Amino acid sequence: MTNLEKYDKLFLETFHLQPDGLPGLKYRGIQAWDSVGHMDLMSAMEETFGISVSTPDLLDFSSYEKGKEILAKYGVEL
Amino acid sequence: MTREELMGLGPYSLSREEKRALYRRELAALTSRHRERCPEYRLLLDALGTAAGGELEPEDAPMLPVSLFKELELRSVPPEEVFKTLTSSGTTGGQVSRIFLDAETSAMQQRALYRIGASFLGEKRLPFLVLDSKKALRDRAMFSARGAGILGFSIFGGRTCYALDGEMGLDLDGVRRFLDGRQGERLLLFGFTYIIWKHVIRALEARGERLELTGSVLVHGGGWKKLAGEAVSREEFKERARRALGVEAVLDYYGMAEQTGGVYMECPWGHLHASVWSDVIVRRPKDYGVCAVGEPGVIESLSLLPRSYPGHAVLTEDVGVLLGEDDCPCGRLGKYFTVTGRAPRAEVRGCSDTYEG
Repeated sequence: MTNLEKYDKLFLETFHLQPDGLPGLKYRGIQAWDSVGHMDLMSAMEETFGISVSTPDLLDFSSYEKGKEILAKYGVEL
Repeated sequence: MTREELMGLGPYSLSREEKRALYRRELAALTSRHRERCPEYRLLLDALGTAAGGELEPEDAPMLPVSLFKELELRSVPPEEVFKTLTSSGTTGGQVSRIFLDAETSAMQQRALYRIGASFLGEKRLPFLVLDSKKALRDRAMFSARGAGILGFSIFGGRTCYALDGEMGLDLDGVRRFLDGRQGERLLLFGFTYIIWKHVIRALEARGERLELTGSVLVHGGGWKKLAGEAVSREEFKERARRALGVEAVLDYYGMAEQTGGVYMECPWGHLHASVWSDVIVRRPKDYGVCAVGEPGVIESLSLLPRSYPGHAVLTEDVGVLLGEDDCPCGRLGKYFTVTGRAPRAEVRGCSDTYEG
């Protein structure tokens, strides 16, 4: 599985979405991506990619697209 | 000031006059905003004869008694923009406050809490030991103050362990498994004062056990009323927490569901500090005039964060004392104070009362 496939899978599984729901998806844009969902997503990201995201980055992780930029900072190329 | 500028301020960076200038503008803007958008609030201000527009001295901003959030549905956004409803402190059989949060308010609260907390805890996420049960988070659409507190502080946490099981029993084996391999690491412990006292400190003492969390920080909040009933002082709580858990620092915080995010954190000198996003005015119970430094009174709490409900000036049911402004030895600017108890006529309630055990 590529990193992008893994990345998408984390969203799909955490928020019970279909792939067409990913583009433009925003933190607090759907009920499932609330602060509980956010912490679940972040833990899953950290575990899957073996990284530790700082709190400022955790708060900046505000959309499906923004998350890709943040992961790049940690050396995870999607 | 734009939202970005406001949230970009250093949390304890404004001196008295700078902060007053900010509050004159922002409180007037928030009062107008909510007056336009929240019909119940507009009726209240009309009844009080509060003039519209212009700047407001912070002391003159119309304040709502905290109990009003139980009686009225105070909402300044259409129902479909409400992202989360926060409930506070139900007394048994009593009514519960409902605080309506939209995505913007929620994001600002989270940002403020982060900036405030980072001033005390640093920016690195620490292994997170929650001194509560995961059950406190069970209903996501209607958060209790307890759930919101845990979740709020979880942004400072990394790997997480809940120390209490579903029956509020201390899962010491689970905690020890979590600590295994983390000897000497700095941990963040978080929980509600009464729950920590009853289900962690006393439980460890009863079993003759203790933890050695050297260098770790315990953050706790949720009020002292129940503990005062057991005649436990602040000092004794700290001392017994240090002994049972082996933590380095024990920091209290004061906050309320009606103004989530802008918490008042306790500095190493034992003073609660107002950040740039919130402020306190201590008032005389007999005429609500402003108390002098050192004079006990009822606490009014101001917050620049609430956009989706008119909670920017709230008269609490807590009594406290303003200790000073801009001159705490810890170096943080702004007012610092202490909370000494509940207002005598207040309904019997308090954050830790969400748990009746």
